[in-house]
Amino acid sequence: MTTTPKPDPCADTPLVLGAHSFTSRLLVGTGKYASFEETRDALAISGTQCVTVAVRRVNLDRKTGPSLLDFIDRSKYVVLPNTAGCFDAASAIRTAELARDVLDTPLVKLEVLGDPRTLLPDPVGTLEATKELVKQGFDVLVYTSDDPRLGVRLAELGAKSVMPAGSPIGSGQGVLNPNAIRILLELVHVPVIVDAGVGTASDVAFAMELGAAGVLLNTGIASAKEPLRMAAAMRDACSAGRQAFLAGRIPRKLYANASSPVEGTIEGASPRG
Amino acid sequence: MVTVLLNGEKRELGERTSVARLIEELGLRPEIVAVEVNRELVTRARRASTELCDGDQIELVTLVGGG
Repeated sequence: MTTTPKPDPCADTPLVLGAHSFTSRLLVGTGKYASFEETRDALAISGTQCVTVAVRRVNLDRKTGPSLLDFIDRSKYVVLPNTAGCFDAASAIRTAELARDVLDTPLVKLEVLGDPRTLLPDPVGTLEATKELVKQGFDVLVYTSDDPRLGVRLAELGAKSVMPAGSPIGSGQGVLNPNAIRILLELVHVPVIVDAGVGTASDVAFAMELGAAGVLLNTGIASAKEPLRMAAAMRDACSAGRQAFLAGRIPRKLYANASSPVEGTIEGASPRG
Repeated sequence: MVTVLLNGEKRELGERTSVARLIEELGLRPEIVAVEVNRELVTRARRASTELCDGDQIELVTLVGGG
């Protein structure tokens, strides 16, 4: 007798970004940790398979020590360089080119920021840089606001992922405008990854329950009192939110709906008039 | 000697110093840096053949923690 294996009721499809395919839907940044060792351990616990890094001037005054890259095993993680700190398209494009030369990867997390206080994306610069980088063969994962129409335009230009901020970078405010994210998810047909603003596990779960393809976060783990424990919380929240999204939540109702049978209760147990 | 601006600071280099030679003289690991001269990327393949000239603006970068 042959038995067909039961399908896994919790099966999921991978998250595909450019040439890469991920089973973890959490993307984790490497900034703000106390040490490279802590960075390495937090990444491992988070279960991420894709980690972001930034491009900065070599510090020529300091004696050459270990590099962050010595603590990121590239056989385990896809390294995603960002253009954080760039406030115009031209410098973001140059930063992406520099990163590609070090890492030999077409992936880039494009950020063109508006101003240093809000770190909100500059939409015009973001569009310009996306267009140019796509032309140059980059796989552009683009940090953007939660504006649905802007997301559509970025996807049309060839972005491999549209990454709306849930709230300002590092603010820990969570997803402030879930309706905008919902509309974005309906209109955009590339993976939508909620990037920035995540403060705690429930923020990640909430973003995933909305239907986001993934969540990218850094400060939420790195600046928690116990980053390693928070890495575990974020890992579980991402997975829980994803499964809840796929499972399909019940509609919200105003009144109760008993879980136990309403008939067959004992004498005297009926509700009062 | 030639005077260049390296990461925003003035620096004297020997005549005909190549980008590859500069990286070596600074004691940097070539595999974890990238170089721009006058806002143009000097790819790995072109480091040895690209010589630095008086007044060149050089950006020498690496990868650091970020989100």
